[in-house]
Amino acid sequence: MAIEDSHVRRAAHLARLAISDDQASGFVDDLSRILEMVDQLQGIDTEGVMPLSHPLDATQRLRADEVTETNQRDNFQRCAPAVENGLYLVPRVVE
Amino acid sequence: MQWETVIGLEVHVQLATRSKIFSGASTAFGAEPNTQACAVDLGLPGVLPVLNEQAVAMAVQFGLAVHADIAEVSVFDRKNYFYPDLPKGYQTSQMYHPIVGPGDVEITLEDGSTKRIRIHHAHLEEDAGKSLHEDFHGMTGIDLNRAGTPLLEIVSEPDMRSAKEAAAYLKAIHSIVTYLGISDGNMAEGSMRCDVNVSVRPKGQEAFGTRAEIKNVNSFRFVERAIAFEVERQIELIEDGGSVIQETRLFDPERDETRSMRTKEEANDYRYFPCPDLLPVVLDQAYLDHLRSQLPELPADKRERFQNELGLSAYDANVISASRDMAEFFEVVHSVCGDAKQAANWVQGELSGALNRESLSIANSPISARQLGELISRVLDDTISGKAAKDVFQALWNGQGESADEVIEAKGLKQVTDTGAIEAMIDQVIAESPAQVAQYRDSEPEKRGKMIGYFVGQVMKASRGTANPQQVNGLLKEKLDALL
Repeated sequence: MAIEDSHVRRAAHLARLAISDDQASGFVDDLSRILEMVDQLQGIDTEGVMPLSHPLDATQRLRADEVTETNQRDNFQRCAPAVENGLYLVPRVVE
Repeated sequence: MQWETVIGLEVHVQLATRSKIFSGASTAFGAEPNTQACAVDLGLPGVLPVLNEQAVAMAVQFGLAVHADIAEVSVFDRKNYFYPDLPKGYQTSQMYHPIVGPGDVEITLEDGSTKRIRIHHAHLEEDAGKSLHEDFHGMTGIDLNRAGTPLLEIVSEPDMRSAKEAAAYLKAIHSIVTYLGISDGNMAEGSMRCDVNVSVRPKGQEAFGTRAEIKNVNSFRFVERAIAFEVERQIELIEDGGSVIQETRLFDPERDETRSMRTKEEANDYRYFPCPDLLPVVLDQAYLDHLRSQLPELPADKRERFQNELGLSAYDANVISASRDMAEFFEVVHSVCGDAKQAANWVQGELSGALNRESLSIANSPISARQLGELISRVLDDTISGKAAKDVFQALWNGQGESADEVIEAKGLKQVTDTGAIEAMIDQVIAESPAQVAQYRDSEPEKRGKMIGYFVGQVMKASRGTANPQQVNGLLKEKLDALL
C-alpha cells in the first residue's frame, strides 16, 4: 500500500497531532519505508504461529480487590488548568 | 410486505468490586467528584495498571453461568480515542482475545415458552468518567470517579426477533449477574447499560438488513420502546424507497424516539493494539474448577426445580426465580409452611402487593419469610380463616407482634372449630331470624344454596369472624334442612 499525504493527515488528526506541510511530506517518506519493511514481514509463512501480544515470557499478576488509594484530589488538581466544585473543567464538549 | 426484526444487544455490566479494575481506588457510588480518581485512573505519566483479581473471577463466573468457553489466555488491548472523560486517550479493553467465549442464555417469554439466545463473547474493560454539561462558564465539568470501574461487556448474537425478546434477554442477564452477586444490576445508577443493534429484513430473507445501533438505553422499558420506534422508522424508510444507513442513534425517552448522533469523523477508527502495560491473563483448569464449585443455583435451574419438584406453574416459577432475593424468601416460606403453592401465592400476592405499595424491595420486607411461613401454616391447620390471615399479615407488617401465633392470640382470631360452640351460635341466629327461615323453607330447593349465605354471614358476625366457614356452612345446612 502506497502512503499518501491524505493518510498522514488522517493519522495525525486521529492522534491529535498538529503537523506542518513540510513535516507531512517527511512523514510520507518515513512511513512508506516502515510499510516496506512490514511488506517484507508479510511474506513470511506464519502458519501455525501464535500471535505474540507481549514480548515477555510472563503472565499478568493479579492484585487483591482492596481499596488502597486515599483521596488526593487537591494534589492532583493543583496542576489542572481549571477546576470547579471538585470537577476538572475542559473546553465544552457538545454531543 | 411482512418484515422481520433482528436484534442484538451489547450489555455493559459494572462489576461489584470494591476497587477499580487497574487501580486501588474505591468504586463506591455517589462520592464527591474526583475523590476516587487516583493517579492510574487519571492516566498520569509513569503509572502502571495492575489487574484486579476479583474482576477476573467475576467475569469467569459469568462465563460459567452462561455455559461459555473460558479463554485460557486473554489479552487486553487499547481502544484509542479522544474524549475528556477518558484521560489516558485510550480505553483498556479486550478486542481480540476476550476472557469469555461463546455461550448461551435461556429466556422466558410472557406465554411461558423459552428460547435460547447465543452469546458471542464477553470481555473485560474499564469504564470512562462522566462529563457534566451544565454550564461551567462555557466549559464542561469532568468527574473521573467512575473512570476505571470494571465493566463486563456482554455481546449477544443477533438472535432476538422482537422487542419483547430483547427485554426478556436483558432481564435474564440481569437475573444472572445479580444471582452471581457480580453486579448490583442497578440500571438507574448506570450499573447496567445497554446498546441495541436493530435491523429489519423481509420475512424469509436470510441476509441481514443494515443495522442501526441505539445507545443509552438504560431501563427494561426503554429497550422495548426504543426498538419499537426504531423498527417502525426503518420499515417506513425502506417502504418509502429509502435505505437504512449504518449509524449510531441515541434514544430519547422523553420524546420516545431515536435520533441520529452526529457521526463524528472517523469515529470508528480506534486503532486497537495489545496493551504493552498488561501481560496476557492465563487461567488454569484448577482455578476454573474452583470458581465453578462456588456457583450458586442459577435462575434457570431454580425455575426448573420450582416447576418440576415443587409443582409451581411455569408462570409462578418464572416470576419467583427471576430475583434471587425473592426466590430465597419463597424457599424459606415454603420450608416453614410446607405448601409450595400457598407460599407462592402469598409471596406474589399479599407480600408483593404490600412491598409495591411502599416501594420496598423484598430484602427490606418488614415481615420475615419465617413469619409469613408460620402464618400460612396457621391457615393450613385451620387455626385461622383465610380472612383472618390477612389481618394477621397486616399486623405483622406493622410490627404488632413477633409471630403469627402471638398476633392470633392477642387479637382472638383463633378459629372456632368446636362443633358445640358453632351449633349454639347457629341456633341463636335461626331463632332470631324467623322471616328468613320461613323464606328459606318456602323457596325452591335449588335456590336454597344461595339463601344460606345470609345465615353464614350472621353466624360469622356473631363469632367475630372466628368460626370456621366450612363448618358453619355444613352445620347450617343440616339444621335448616331439619326444619323443612
